[in-house]
Amino acid sequence: MTRPPALRVSHVSLSYGAKKALDDVSFALPRGRFCALLGPNGAGKSTLFSLLTRLLVTREGTIEVAGHDLARSPRAALARIGVVFQQPTLDLDTSVMRNMRYFAALHGLAGRDATMRIEAALDRLNMRERAGETVRALNGGHRRRMEIARALVHAPEVLLLDEPTVGLDTASRRAITAHVHDLAAEGLTVLWATHLVDEIGPGDEVVVLHRGRVLQQASAAEVAGNRPLIDAFIEMTGGNDEALA
Amino acid sequence: MKAWLVALNAIVIREALRFVQNRGRFLSAMVRPLVWLVVFAAGFRAALGLSIIPPYQTYITYEVYIVPGLCGMIQLFNGMQSSLSLVYDQEMGSMRLLLTSPRPRWWLLFCKLMAGVAVSLVQVYAFLGIAALFGIDMPAMGYVYVFPALVLSGLMLGALGLLISSTIRQLENFAGVMNFVIFPMFFLSSALYPLWKMAESSDLLRDICAVNPFTHAVELIRFSLYETFNGWALLWVVTGTVVFFLLALVGYDPARGLMRRRG
Repeated sequence: MTRPPALRVSHVSLSYGAKKALDDVSFALPRGRFCALLGPNGAGKSTLFSLLTRLLVTREGTIEVAGHDLARSPRAALARIGVVFQQPTLDLDTSVMRNMRYFAALHGLAGRDATMRIEAALDRLNMRERAGETVRALNGGHRRRMEIARALVHAPEVLLLDEPTVGLDTASRRAITAHVHDLAAEGLTVLWATHLVDEIGPGDEVVVLHRGRVLQQASAAEVAGNRPLIDAFIEMTGGNDEALA
Repeated sequence: MKAWLVALNAIVIREALRFVQNRGRFLSAMVRPLVWLVVFAAGFRAALGLSIIPPYQTYITYEVYIVPGLCGMIQLFNGMQSSLSLVYDQEMGSMRLLLTSPRPRWWLLFCKLMAGVAVSLVQVYAFLGIAALFGIDMPAMGYVYVFPALVLSGLMLGALGLLISSTIRQLENFAGVMNFVIFPMFFLSSALYPLWKMAESSDLLRDICAVNPFTHAVELIRFSLYETFNGWALLWVVTGTVVFFLLALVGYDPARGLMRRRG
């Protein structure tokens, strides 16, 4: 029997009043791939992330995480998701370790098991030596890396990141993008929302979202065709200067 | 079940740490009732004559009368402070972290409530200790019997705070709500004056006080401190807790409430 996709979104729509934020969105993520959810600001990426993490629910469409329907078995589905929100979610005045422990406990992990998982997750992001530091003392890039490590503590099958490089300098942005590509290479399924095409490698999967609709899902090379990806993206979405950043 | 308790433990410890780290909050939580006790009560002592009413068996001074009300006030302020920290959590994003945990949402919010109650218990017992130093002490077992009463009243006031936090969009709106909730609840209750005293000036005011859940929280605390059971107050507090908590759950329902409005 073949395993279900790591994440399957089928015919999902959501409206804020009269405004349709998502319109019949469907895509599936193959396991162990880095998939970019590429769309200009206002495309509906954050709304989709709220639905994927069940901060919002909709009656239209279904979302499955590793075969678990998010509406019918939310706890089983949420347990298989690691999330890095666009807005940092950190307790600034406590240590990295304490932040990690709090998160682990929310997933039911405590004691020696939690410590081992936290140390392993910090190791994956080269953050182990900063475990004792107060979060406030970390720079933006390290804080982000800590959040990514935190999202891995409970060994999720899918890692969701909502524009995780917003506000970071170029070096930190590049380092974090590389780290997460490495995670995908190790077998983790990644959904990375962005409007910056330079964060996407040619072999990555891309879902292009524009005005709440999926315009295309294919590999970055296929989406680009015989021109740079940025040109293809601008052509599809009608121009967006921020994408050049 | 173990995973649920692990989450409860972590949420309570996080709230306690935040409280300990914020010394100003602890200090103001202590100073506020002490000012009422030492300054306000001393001034009113001569003006207010109190008759013997249950659960008291002798004449009491005004300072003795308002101690349970001030315990309630600590919990009322603490409930609103927890509510404020929930709104702050929503703005800072840590609420998202909590709500995406694979535990039932009602349990996560209940854990938040329990964390607030734990913090309020520390404050109330510290206050009772200081009051005892001022010579206002209770029967020894009263300090034990009041514990479950304080847990219940803390839950009710915390649930009210939770409900309020689910209706507020921004931190800036909070001050107004504080004025519309804390002050009316506190002054229109039996915390400062017995209801019969209120009836002397206005029956309507007395009736409003009588349906104010905070009145019943204060009476539950007062009777427990004097080793007396007050079933009517208990019923009010339990009902208030359940109603406020259920309404707060609606506010935090992903299909209807908060997150949808925030977009």
